[in-house]
Amino acid sequence: MTVTVSRPVGAQQAPLPLDVEAIRADFPILSRTVRDGKRLVYLDSGATSQKPRSVLDAERWFYENVNAAPHRGAHQLAEEATAAYEAARAAIGAFIGAPEQEIVFTRNTTEAINLVAYALSNAATAKEPEFRTYAVGQGDEIVVTEMEHHANLVPWQQLCERTGATLRWLGLTDDGRLDLSDLTTVINERTKLVAVTQQSNILGTINPLGEITARAHEVGALVLVDGAQSVPHQPVDVTQLGADFLVFSGHKMLGPTGVGVLWGRYDVLDKLPPFLTGGSMIEVVRMERSTFAAPPQRFEAGVPMTAQVIGLAAAVEYLEALGMENVEAHEKAITGYALEKLAEIPGVTVVGPPDTVARGGAVSFTVEGIHPHDVGQVLDDLGIAVRVGHHCAWPVVRRYGVPATTRATFYVHTGYDDIDALADGILAAQKFFGTV
Amino acid sequence: MQLENMYQEIILDHYRNPHGRGLREPFEAEVHHVNPTCGDEVTLRVHLDGDTIADVSYEGMGCSISQASVSAMYDLVIGKTVPQALETGEHFMTLMQAKGDPAVAEKLEDELEDAVAFAGVSKYPARIKCALMSWMALKDASARAWGGSTR
Repeated sequence: MTVTVSRPVGAQQAPLPLDVEAIRADFPILSRTVRDGKRLVYLDSGATSQKPRSVLDAERWFYENVNAAPHRGAHQLAEEATAAYEAARAAIGAFIGAPEQEIVFTRNTTEAINLVAYALSNAATAKEPEFRTYAVGQGDEIVVTEMEHHANLVPWQQLCERTGATLRWLGLTDDGRLDLSDLTTVINERTKLVAVTQQSNILGTINPLGEITARAHEVGALVLVDGAQSVPHQPVDVTQLGADFLVFSGHKMLGPTGVGVLWGRYDVLDKLPPFLTGGSMIEVVRMERSTFAAPPQRFEAGVPMTAQVIGLAAAVEYLEALGMENVEAHEKAITGYALEKLAEIPGVTVVGPPDTVARGGAVSFTVEGIHPHDVGQVLDDLGIAVRVGHHCAWPVVRRYGVPATTRATFYVHTGYDDIDALADGILAAQKFFGTV
Repeated sequence: MQLENMYQEIILDHYRNPHGRGLREPFEAEVHHVNPTCGDEVTLRVHLDGDTIADVSYEGMGCSISQASVSAMYDLVIGKTVPQALETGEHFMTLMQAKGDPAVAEKLEDELEDAVAFAGVSKYPARIKCALMSWMALKDASARAWGGSTR
């Protein structure tokens, strides 16, 4: 005898790991309405995240009470600003398991990657012998993957143009994963650096970094991990990562715009020449030439984005209070629900892994017969903010033969209701354009 | 719902049944324009008979606004001289900068014909470039085809 157990309605709506209502109350912007009084359904955290009140308060606190240029001057405010800036560095380092001297503040992920790329070409002409350790030149190879954001592709193309090195890349499989079948030929004795994303901003794929870093280190190459889409969404510990560099942006992890992080192994950072030069990154300056400070100061020319760094430390504190394991579990539940809901809509195709195995919460999709811009416009009319286009990963959309996609991305305040709104919105778009 | 303001029925008609689509011979100039923020593309050819635009043929991919815009443009510019077509393009640009002002649309209605339906698009800054892409391509291609010989 067979017993058929039908699935009860709403069974998929298991309690979420995070208290969405309580979290939403922490984000002032989520209480505003858009497009004639509609609730804001913000599904574009992958582009930039919204900010909780504690982050906004931290920046205001700094400007109202402490504001001064850190590492300059000996007055009380300068001392306090320096202490606050360095305490923030330590807190942000601890968030990824790194000591503070390995944390370099940049403008964003893009600048952090450019810093490394320019350091590697500057190395070729450095006067100091130790700065030439990682020099890239003719005959050398740089390896990226086909799923990189433009920020982790174009700087390496440019490095190759400047130095005569060759760019190589790992391709993609039809199901949105890295094709590692030619790993040992693509990453070889000529490889100087491998740059790879931990989590794709368009496909959501979480990459098997262990295999890649193992091969890279076997041939003596450096590894740079783009953590712009992973550090905000899952626990990342650089002592477990096996990489030499990790880069990420503050604004995608509840922090302010204008601050990003380059983490580098100290012994590697110590052998890199500077990228941007100027004030406070020097050791001794004479008219003829100058010598440079030790990391991280060597890479922080000019008065830094102090208030933003303080704000980022507040963001880290907020995420730590939630627990990154919980953040990850929450987004996994939401992603699973979203994939299920989208699969139920005829004409919708997800571009990227179809389930939550080794997958984060960036869900790109196409709707048959409706261009992504038009899907996005209908969603916007309903108060739902998504991203449309190629998501700064043009080779990826080209690889999968679509002109563009609509992308929904999730975060700590995303609830089942947001996903329901998205699914209803897609149905509304299909109705509006008459494709169903 | 505000959507109908942007997606006028005329626009949807052009999108579903584009006029003049496809690349044709002969032509004096061919251009390829892309919208780097969204990946929309158009390849556009211009065929002149003296100063007159005898044919505009095109192929492309993009959203309904960009595809409908090139179709409506096709209807407007065939038979016009290059300077006349460029002037119409300037007026379309004015419409796109009108932020939905009905007075501007009314003034341009006779000249822009179906293309005046794009007035609603001007309220959405992110979509204006979609409507303008084909006009930019036409300006580029007709300047090349014309070669400045009569200017």
